[in-house]
Amino acid sequence: MQLSKEEIEILKIIEENHKLPIESIALMAMCSEDAVSAAIQKLEQAKIIMSYPTLIDWSKVEGQEGVIAMIDVKVTPKRGVGFNEVAERISRFPEVSSLYLMSGAYDLSITIEGKTMNQIAQFVSEKLSTIENVVSTTTHFMLKKYKHDGVNFNSGNEDKDRRMVVSP
Amino acid sequence: MKHGYEHYLSQTAKELQPSGIRKFFDLAASMDDVISLGVGEPDFVTPWSIREATILSLEQGFTSYTANAGLLELREEITYYLKNRFGVQYNPSNQITVTIGASQAIDLAFRAILNQGDEVLIVEPAFVSYAPLVAIAGGTPVAVSTSPANGFNVTPEQIEAAITEKTKAILLCSPNNPTGSMLTKNELIEIAAVIKKHDLLVVSDEIYAELSYDEDFCSVAAIDGMYERTILINGFSKGFAMTGWRLGFLAAPTEFVEVMLKIYQYTTMCAPNMLQRGAIEALRNTYPEVESMRNSYRRRRNYVVQTLNQMGLDCHVPGGAFYVFPSIRATGLSSEQFAEELLMKEKVAVVPGHVFGESGEGYIRCSYATSMAQLQEALKRMQRFIESKGVLAEHQSEKVKTH
Ligand SMILES: Cc1ncc(COP(=O)(O)O)c(C=O)c1O
Repeated sequence: MQLSKEEIEILKIIEENHKLPIESIALMAMCSEDAVSAAIQKLEQAKIIMSYPTLIDWSKVEGQEGVIAMIDVKVTPKRGVGFNEVAERISRFPEVSSLYLMSGAYDLSITIEGKTMNQIAQFVSEKLSTIENVVSTTTHFMLKKYKHDGVNFNSGNEDKDRRMVVSP
Repeated sequence: MKHGYEHYLSQTAKELQPSGIRKFFDLAASMDDVISLGVGEPDFVTPWSIREATILSLEQGFTSYTANAGLLELREEITYYLKNRFGVQYNPSNQITVTIGASQAIDLAFRAILNQGDEVLIVEPAFVSYAPLVAIAGGTPVAVSTSPANGFNVTPEQIEAAITEKTKAILLCSPNNPTGSMLTKNELIEIAAVIKKHDLLVVSDEIYAELSYDEDFCSVAAIDGMYERTILINGFSKGFAMTGWRLGFLAAPTEFVEVMLKIYQYTTMCAPNMLQRGAIEALRNTYPEVESMRNSYRRRRNYVVQTLNQMGLDCHVPGGAFYVFPSIRATGLSSEQFAEELLMKEKVAVVPGHVFGESGEGYIRCSYATSMAQLQEALKRMQRFIESKGVLAEHQSEKVKTH
């Protein structure tokens, strides 16, 4: 989809900070508030703006730590049943937070988020591996998140303003 | 001591005025929780690949002196940079010197060209170092005042009027600190005509060249007939977010560089080896980061200028750097009073305009190299402050409508 310069500017601004009020976005992009609202509405409808996720580091919240696993899946694409169909089936499970078709040693890469390790084991053994055409699965548990979607989860000092209060 | 210390100190050094910025820094630094719009440096940390190249150079043991003028490899990168970005051609072997920040390059330039009593025109409001550095080199700074009527840009007529028998050079800084104003190519061509007519030199401080938002930056040295009379000064501090690295450079005809290099070799020897290696990485591979920082500043500039205007502080749109220079005349306060009261009452630090020269009186310098969250809060507090002074924005209810 071809977008105007103004629309791209608005996207870049809200990609960095989607909590800015419309007035501020309008001032930053040098256009009217109506234009910003209209652009955002259009971009949402076109599914260019997919959603406004809030990135939460649950590992810091007691009792909410959860377990994340990445699973490599090999699939036999049978005649008439391409990868798409299997992938669509898997993506319907609410535990699946992302799913990609990959080139290389395996076919699908799945990220699963569960409350406990047990829950994930159950998903793999009962739901995933029993799907027809799934040949094998390899499960990797995630031990720690350092960076996610461009955000550093561990960043401490770098975000602090260490400049003098007044300088040349 | 028999005569007290006064007696021992150099007359020139004694007569130097302490920087007004320093004074304001001391005041602001003594307070907690200040939102600062007083900083003259990027709010970004140096791009990681530059830091990494420096760490690697240390691991590899590059800890010795380099050539006085800097690593040839870096001078070559600087040459490509000046050619590709600004269209000015220098010879890396004898026309470039890597310095300790643009600051040192300015010092070297004045030391190299000034004799006792030579006058240097300084376009004001100006960076606080220029006049003292001229004085230290034995010259006499002569202020040429500009006003917002002209976007704080100097006109050929103003220059012409300030020239005397003793005028040796003019210091130009575009984009400018503190006004953010920028000279267009056409304006530079007109100014160049006067400079050529009176056979002056130009010391061109182009440290903010990478931070120009609406038009392409034009270097004075790229104007016809100016190359041979320009000492071009630039560096890594602002555009590459490398203020603490203390790396800058100068480029000029060989005859000037030879003399500056003599002074440099006795005073400094060379810039730190490992940091120069980081700078090579900066010029080679960080164009996308520089552009992304520039875009971020540009958006914040738009926000800040329009918000200040809406609240009744007249502010021209600066074409570059990361400062705005709004008028505070409507409050009836001097710039010093304004800055001090704003700091005390609302805990927002800005720099009073008079520290940048007489023509800066009536204005304040606000840097927008600070996060949007901080800017929003700072501007909210400023609005409250000027409302308490009885300033009512004419256009407060009227929303900005552009095209
Ligand atoms: C106009 C101008 N020139 C030079 C400098 C100093 O730059 P550097 O850090 O490269 O010495 C500054 C820093 O504030 C500046 O604003």
